[in-house]
Amino acid sequence: MSDISSANPAVSSAPLGGPVTMARALNEGLRQAMEDDPKVVIMGEDVGRLGGVFRITDGLQKDFGEDRVIDTPLAESAIIGTAVGLALRGYRPVCEIQFDGFVFPGFDQIVSQVAKIHNRAAGLVRMPITIRIPFGGGIGAIEHHSESPETYFAHTPGLRVVSCSSPSDAYWMIQEAIASDDPVVFFEPKRQYHAAKLPIEPAGTPLDQARVVRPGRDVTVVAYGPTVATALTAAETLKVDGVEAEVIDLRSMSPLDMPTLLDSVRRTGRMVIVHEAPQSFGIGSEIAARVTEQAFYSLEAPVLRVTGFDTPYPPSRLEHDWLPNLDRLLDAVDRIMEF
Amino acid sequence: MTEHVRAVHPEPNMVQLLTPEGQRVEHPDYPLDITDDEIAALYRDLVLVRRIDSEAIALQRQGELGLWASLLGQEAAQIGSGRALKRHDMAFPTYREHGVAWCRDVDALTLLGLYRGTNLGGWDPLANNFNLYTIVIGAQTLHATGYAMGVVRDGAVGTGDPERDTAVLAFFGDGASSQGDVNEAFVWAGAGNLPIVFFCQNNQWAISEPVERQSRVPLFQRAAGFGFPGVRVDGNDVLACLAVTRKHLDNARNAQGPSLIEAFTYRMNPHTTNDDPRRYRALSEAETWKLKDPIERVRAYLTREARVEPEFFAAVEAESLEMAEYVRAGCRAIPDPTPESVFDNVYVDLPDELREQREEFASFVKSVSA
Repeated sequence: MSDISSANPAVSSAPLGGPVTMARALNEGLRQAMEDDPKVVIMGEDVGRLGGVFRITDGLQKDFGEDRVIDTPLAESAIIGTAVGLALRGYRPVCEIQFDGFVFPGFDQIVSQVAKIHNRAAGLVRMPITIRIPFGGGIGAIEHHSESPETYFAHTPGLRVVSCSSPSDAYWMIQEAIASDDPVVFFEPKRQYHAAKLPIEPAGTPLDQARVVRPGRDVTVVAYGPTVATALTAAETLKVDGVEAEVIDLRSMSPLDMPTLLDSVRRTGRMVIVHEAPQSFGIGSEIAARVTEQAFYSLEAPVLRVTGFDTPYPPSRLEHDWLPNLDRLLDAVDRIMEF
Repeated sequence: MTEHVRAVHPEPNMVQLLTPEGQRVEHPDYPLDITDDEIAALYRDLVLVRRIDSEAIALQRQGELGLWASLLGQEAAQIGSGRALKRHDMAFPTYREHGVAWCRDVDALTLLGLYRGTNLGGWDPLANNFNLYTIVIGAQTLHATGYAMGVVRDGAVGTGDPERDTAVLAFFGDGASSQGDVNEAFVWAGAGNLPIVFFCQNNQWAISEPVERQSRVPLFQRAAGFGFPGVRVDGNDVLACLAVTRKHLDNARNAQGPSLIEAFTYRMNPHTTNDDPRRYRALSEAETWKLKDPIERVRAYLTREARVEPEFFAAVEAESLEMAEYVRAGCRAIPDPTPESVFDNVYVDLPDELREQREEFASFVKSVSA
């Protein structure tokens, strides 16, 4: 196990060596975290021999052994609940929830235990647990396989909630999440797993910071996870019409990096937030409320939200209409520019 | 209400080493090598935890505690199992294991904060290897299972080194036995051959629901379906609880996997100080269980069989009076936390957005009190 890097030199040099997919970047990030800290264990359904249904943990059990990459019984509450016990024993568990819609059997353990134990113990114990959840739609899946449940967790004090949108962020953020002494719910945009090969940057951005991924002066578009790609495409399209959109990758939904958001909207005067999760009480709603409270006199127009509708996730033949796609985002930007 | 005593008839094969009349009896599977001095020490434990419990109830009546979950009637189950633990073993309680806390050297006052409303627990689970009280029933059985997974990964099981081999003791009740988490814990512990003993205090009542509402079979028999041994013990017999728990903890430490112990006992008091059992159970039931009192049988044994001098009982009584005074005075001295402390320990480092909320709140509090 100690000879992994020498046995497989491609693995240790790949992240910084050439472009990789997000799936590969996550795999390499997990591998690095396991090499850096022997207390890191990966647990979940099919994560071992199979390497996960998305192959994010591919090869890790072979290299780190069954004690560190654990194929668990099929019980989400137990995946989370036993991670609590492992954390008490000094381990740093990384739980994989197979699909977004399967997190709810583990919801009680996440919100009532993982999120609260540090507080319950008056700070005397820590819960360094990472909960990885592939999320979002657009892959033609059946029910429960395309959801965006991030709001439930962002609403829960004690959790950090983040999402990556690029291979480089995936690589760095998963390592930061695992190193965090707070519990982190880590949302991976499954549609982006194999979307593009991109280089890994030499260093990451702190986990709780948003990032301006494209500067612009006319309108701020806030996205995270799968919608960052949509926002960047929209910005390219808008440029043709002479509209310079600033795209912010939120990265952290809890806590929210308000200074970055406020700095941008004070310059542009307009903000559109785009996410796949249903609209009401969502991340966009919270950002709109805070921007209204803290930058009211900078706003040229009401903050707009482009989101999934307040309906159950639709059957897959309808998902591309339901999802906040490029057309709906461009329409919103048109409206906010004309306001 | 139907007058029935269904809860008082255990299975005939229930393990008992000390009858309600105070007679020592033997059980072929659970021999117990114990001196009269050690039995006297258990008697002291039982009396003192009952005293802590009754003081806490009084403090609730006086408004010093918001709530209390009484252990009355379950002292033997808790002291017997608690004294079976070794220092490096780990215990995962519900919210009623005041007797186990006592065995883990957790100060009685430490338990009061969450019932007084001054904190949510606030102790270090690893300081005495006694986890925080967990109020969502059954949730802690998964935490215990995960801890046992850690013990295995640490190589602290089956080495033959008594200072190293470690077991985990997970407490829950008859009501929690219906929870998915408890059943998931059984699945994981069985499949993983984990060093854990599940200790179910079947006190017959989950608030108002009798154990028949939870199960078609005696609870200890559930273990068979998960592939590990289950045993029912007289939960009012401290010697049987000690012997049975000790043996199954040893099995766990020796890498023989999990066990389920069902301690057959009775919750003599209401579920908590807020409950009114007159609405759902006959008083005669408790009267019947009084004859099986966990302390009286030890006292009878010590008096008649061990010929312990009256001075011993007087000394324990004096100590229990001191304990009562300690709990009373200590409880009243627990200060209220400051309002701003709600922001402490939500995260390891306070995020900026919470810092702002705290500052806003602090200035608001200051403005209205000025």
